[in-house]
Amino acid sequence: MSPLEINADAAFARVDLLNLASMVEPGSRVLDVGCGDGSLLRLLAEKRSVDARGIELSQSGVNLCVAKGLSVIQGDADTDLVYYPDGSFDYVILSQTLQAMRQPRVVLEHMLRIGQRAIVSFPNFGHWKIRLQLLTSGRMPVTKNLSYSWYETPNIHFCTINDFIDLVDEMGAVIEQASALDRFGRPVEMSLPRAMWNLFGEQAVFVLSGK
Amino acid sequence: MTRHHAADPDKRNEAIEPSSLVAHFGPDEPLALESGESLGPWSIAYQAYGALNADKSNAILLCHALTGDQHVANINPVTGKSGWWETMVGPGKPYDTDRFFILCANVLGSCLGTTGPASLDPKTGKPYALNFPVVTIRDMVNAQARLVDRLGIETLFCVAGGSMGGMQVLEWAASHPERVFSAMPIATAAKHTAQNIAFHEVGRQAVMADPDWHSGRYLEEGTRPEKGLAVARMAAHITYLSEQALHRKFGRNFQDRSAPTFSFDADFEVESYLRYQGRSFVERFDANSYLFLTRAMDYFDLAKDHDGVLARAFKGSKTRFCIVSFTSDWLFPTRDSRAIVHALNAAGASVSFVEIETDKGHDAFLLNVPELFETTRGFIDSAARARGLAVPKRRAEA
Repeated sequence: MSPLEINADAAFARVDLLNLASMVEPGSRVLDVGCGDGSLLRLLAEKRSVDARGIELSQSGVNLCVAKGLSVIQGDADTDLVYYPDGSFDYVILSQTLQAMRQPRVVLEHMLRIGQRAIVSFPNFGHWKIRLQLLTSGRMPVTKNLSYSWYETPNIHFCTINDFIDLVDEMGAVIEQASALDRFGRPVEMSLPRAMWNLFGEQAVFVLSGK
Repeated sequence: MTRHHAADPDKRNEAIEPSSLVAHFGPDEPLALESGESLGPWSIAYQAYGALNADKSNAILLCHALTGDQHVANINPVTGKSGWWETMVGPGKPYDTDRFFILCANVLGSCLGTTGPASLDPKTGKPYALNFPVVTIRDMVNAQARLVDRLGIETLFCVAGGSMGGMQVLEWAASHPERVFSAMPIATAAKHTAQNIAFHEVGRQAVMADPDWHSGRYLEEGTRPEKGLAVARMAAHITYLSEQALHRKFGRNFQDRSAPTFSFDADFEVESYLRYQGRSFVERFDANSYLFLTRAMDYFDLAKDHDGVLARAFKGSKTRFCIVSFTSDWLFPTRDSRAIVHALNAAGASVSFVEIETDKGHDAFLLNVPELFETTRGFIDSAARARGLAVPKRRAEA
């Protein structure tokens, strides 16, 4: 087992989702892209009274969502976002999925077109442990949260927090809110200067809006 | 007894004396048809399962497919076989008769007791045959709406059905949105494609080429275009299956022989199977009904009725939709379902969509497909919660 492997923690997912949910105004319309088993959508529907919709690629995920009473469509974010009208949601959320998109920039552009705001969370490939693992082992990092080998990973577009900020600037989008998170999805020390997030944040969450 | 069932004189004529519930509408209650014609008097035969609750909020209307009927979950009086959706309808089943009042009506133009071409034309006292007006999916739905009115039901908790039944579900949601709390169009499309119209035309031409069809007046002539109708059914039946399913079931297996007979006998199992499908179909279905119902499907184009924009058919809809398609269905492929989903999205409607992996083809909606049961249970139970109806605790909710 790699010394850098992060211990799984049952609280991880919940804290991560609660943090995301806290960024959403109660009663708003939310589209969760890659909504998995619908945990976030259910949380939003129950705790924030939102009109929650989702897109999910896997049949098992969609079935779980439908069984929870969620409105979820089986589909591919890379190809299906084009069918959503402009401004039809208050928030479009992409939680831990950006790195699996074939065209992350196109997906982000659609999110900003469809929603008033886009909320994006992703694992930060600039975290010091990942840098260290690559430096010391000379091999693609494999961690508990990023547990696939390079040849079978669905995560084909990793980026660092700095990379992401560069893309947002290039797209001309506005960062409304941002935070770096630790492995449990909790915001990292507030005292830490923003420049250090790329080193110490294991994940990041950005709330974006169009120009 | 009429000559309609001359082959079996003891058999009841279900087209005229259905062994199910029937609502009659007199000459003063005609049905206005999309063609501009008016039909009356007319009748609609239906079956009901379960109990209607006090505030009449637990009714589910099931819409049957082209050659289906109202006998969803009881022994079919014509075939003696189980109802066509007994996998889905019954106590504790996804459409749970312990909790819901479940209705299914024989569609307008069919031959199991609802007025159709085999019914007697009051003007002549003879079967309508081709004098029956061409009816549409919307006409079928309007006829069902009249039945629902008569039963005193304002809003249907759910309208569900597959194939042509799914077309009726879409029409219900589009033309009576306030009366449909939830909708499940399964293995269907918002319009019939050129390929599907083409298959139907082959079937109709087979019927009409049979000399026993007698320009549609075969009931008066005491004949039945059995050969033509059987060929129509054989051709259609292929479209309900998939290449993989045919291969899995039959391959190139010989039927009761080990080598070809060098004849046009049914050497292959698949030939024997199709011949059987054709033979058994003519026993239970009226040839003219087959012409009228295939025509109704051909004419269906929901977008056309809304300025060519499907999303407009669902504008402002508060109905909860669950769309289901099957991977190997090439008659109503997933892209047809996706077109409906995209329109519902554009209209801002609440929609779920599931594409179920199966090699069973279009017929999958009638077969034992556990994913369909699970999806239906989940959707129906969540809609029931939203409607304030009791939902039993299940493992899925743990």
